[in-house]
Amino acid sequence: MFAYIVRRVLATIPVMAIVALFVFSLLYIAPGDPAAVIAGDQATPDDVERIRASLGLDRPYLVRFGAWVWDIANGDLGVSIFTNLPVSTMIQQRIEPTLSLMIVTLILAVSIAVPMGVMAAWRQGTWIDRAVMGFAVLGFSVPVFVVGYVLAYIFALELDWLPVQGYTPLSRGFWPWFENLILPSVALGSVYIALIARITRATMLEVLQQDYIRTARAKGLNQSGILFLHALKNAAVPIITVIGLGIALLIGGAVVTESVFAIPGLGRLTVDAILRRDYPVIQGVVLLFSFIYVLVNLAIDLAYTLFDPRIRY
Amino acid sequence: MLRRDLLKTGAAIGGAAIGGATSLPRFAIAQPAQNRVLKMVPQANLTSLDPIWTTANITRNHGHMIYDTLYGLDSQFRPQPQMAAGHVSEDGGRRIIITLRDGLKFHDGTPVLAKDAVASVSRWMKRNPFGQKLASLTDSLTALDDKRLQFSLKRPFPLLFAALGQVSNSPAFIMPERLASTDAFTQIREAVGSGPFRFKADEYNSGSMVVYTRNADYVPVSSGTPSLTAGPKIVHFDRVEWHIITDAATSAAAIQTGEIDWYEQPPPEIQQLLRRNRNVRIEAIDPLPLTGILRFNHLHAPFNNKKLRQAMLPAISQSDFMQAIVGTDPANFNAATGFFTPGTPMANDAAMGALTGPRSIDRAKALMQEAGYDNEVMRLIGPTDILAPSAMTQVGADLVRRMGFNADIVLTDWGTTVQRRTSREPVSAGGWSMLFTAFSSFDFANPAAHFPLRGNGAGAWFGWPDIPKLEELRDAWFEAPDLAAEQRLGREMQEVAMDELPYIPVGAYLSLTALRSNLSGRVPGLALYWGIKRD
Repeated sequence: MFAYIVRRVLATIPVMAIVALFVFSLLYIAPGDPAAVIAGDQATPDDVERIRASLGLDRPYLVRFGAWVWDIANGDLGVSIFTNLPVSTMIQQRIEPTLSLMIVTLILAVSIAVPMGVMAAWRQGTWIDRAVMGFAVLGFSVPVFVVGYVLAYIFALELDWLPVQGYTPLSRGFWPWFENLILPSVALGSVYIALIARITRATMLEVLQQDYIRTARAKGLNQSGILFLHALKNAAVPIITVIGLGIALLIGGAVVTESVFAIPGLGRLTVDAILRRDYPVIQGVVLLFSFIYVLVNLAIDLAYTLFDPRIRY
Repeated sequence: MLRRDLLKTGAAIGGAAIGGATSLPRFAIAQPAQNRVLKMVPQANLTSLDPIWTTANITRNHGHMIYDTLYGLDSQFRPQPQMAAGHVSEDGGRRIIITLRDGLKFHDGTPVLAKDAVASVSRWMKRNPFGQKLASLTDSLTALDDKRLQFSLKRPFPLLFAALGQVSNSPAFIMPERLASTDAFTQIREAVGSGPFRFKADEYNSGSMVVYTRNADYVPVSSGTPSLTAGPKIVHFDRVEWHIITDAATSAAAIQTGEIDWYEQPPPEIQQLLRRNRNVRIEAIDPLPLTGILRFNHLHAPFNNKKLRQAMLPAISQSDFMQAIVGTDPANFNAATGFFTPGTPMANDAAMGALTGPRSIDRAKALMQEAGYDNEVMRLIGPTDILAPSAMTQVGADLVRRMGFNADIVLTDWGTTVQRRTSREPVSAGGWSMLFTAFSSFDFANPAAHFPLRGNGAGAWFGWPDIPKLEELRDAWFEAPDLAAEQRLGREMQEVAMDELPYIPVGAYLSLTALRSNLSGRVPGLALYWGIKRD
């Protein structure tokens, strides 16, 4: 097991290298010029040229790529072209809101979606099943930002129960932190709940047809024991796979959710950096997301062994 | 449990929840802002702290909070001493000695000295066009002692004080010498000024929050009334927070719930929504309008052909362009806009018949034929993510198609547009022919800061018109002895511009802002934070 983990961690290095090359090249060939954005609308072409030169943006591709890789190898993600702040500092400023949003969404989604899926499978063909599937279709169909606006309208603007926007760090107390995350998490979680509920239902339906479930019923085990101890554990592998894959969905959704609810997270940092062509920030954040995604996949692979003893590494 | 029992229980819980909704406590998040804190949503994110390095308006606004200028401009664009106690003019106006007023102190506790002002003005003169003009007339700029600085000029320059008081496009902000000695093309990392607010670097989170606190050491000028950047800058809030909210609907909801006090630039559809809320007031942030322009690329076909540029004139309906930006209420736009900001002393009606006479696409088409238009590709570039340029580009795209141009419409984000417009290549090699953008009232108030009205060819603003006559008139304007002479030259410039068409004005519009109704005393012009208070 240990050797496997080491191998997988080492395998992230070439993956990250390919991501780095891809991101850098994509940004290099993409249109847009940070010098023109910095200079502002009233700058002359000469001003733009001089700013470009002062930022080193007139250097050849290989020189810039080499310098960037060298810096990364030395643990330096670079400095924002606009703010002059280290990218690592900017990421540090923004990572807590994004992690908070993702964790709360994940907990919310799993704790709602899995029981929903189990209930739907258990009561296949009934109104419960149809309601769950109807909700799943709705969750898939309605964009996150629409859900966000509707929630904000009802719970913030009309009822005045929750804030419209913003983020309060956890260090200022649990409730101030949590109240800012309720609406964004529900909005972001809607599609995730739909996805997990559907896959849970489908997998549970298959498991509930198995002989050992019939045996368990014949032995007189209670229904919840059958569902949650015997069936769900055996259905867990595909569910966990989907939860893991859904992390990418959360990262993508966080970009939109953070914009709608003005949460100062990594998603908004990425969008802002892309719009103004702040290359070091874009590269740093994409690398970080890639790294997180690789680690999540590793964690999921390891989690398989907890639910299925036949899996060994 | 029977199903009907379960349903009954669920209904009871649901009913209790709905019934209890109205009696639930109002959580802290929806409570009014503290009286001494002003929360606002600015027009854009503050990404750069150096107002000389970038001409971005948001950085200019940031500059006005933390820096001060030797002279301020009042709402009539008249220079008034601000950091200066006054000046003396010697040698027939060739030597100007400015004395700093007492009590000026930077936020780091050091006194403001003449050498700081000399370094700051010297850096500013390298970047700002008005400053560059001043530099070309200056033999030397020196600190005579701690309180006095001296301009030795080649010849008298009556606009010196107006230049030092410029409000927009990199004003001559005074910084400590250690910062102001930075190269003009390198960004300053610190934000230390002597203005009415201090920048809270430890709370700065670009893209999220910018915080300023009142500068307790600031001594406002002792007389006059607040007017644009002139007069006493009296601050009524201990803390000003800029909340960067990129989503218009979220900003609108936040000002309605009282989470924020001021939303600087709500788009028109949001303004309609906010007008229905009695706790929110909509007003023009600047009583003078911004001007929209259609800029031609003069380097290449098709618009290197003057007659083809002129052919566009009968087709331009300024009200069409303006309605696309601010809606149909004529109180919010001006559809008879020339080359200078309406309502300013330079604005005039010379040759305006070309834009205010009867509009006719057919007439424009006929002129295109006369101009020899040969179906060359005409590329219109424009953004989709900035309100005014985007709206004007959409109207312009429709117009050029109706006129029969072989139009290639390239709509991108702002970052791409500003890069593409730097290209001096012909259309076939990725260049451009036409674009739309807008400038603030200050930029077009007179020829000094008026980039698009320059005719200095390769050194001109994007589009690079080469119109020597415009440059001659501009130079003469700087030497004009009085306002009447300035206005005569302004009129001549408009006549030349209407003939040569470095660009076409497509109207002027008011920028509206939204404030909570309990705020008063805002100084009109731009987002300034002195004078404003909570009732």
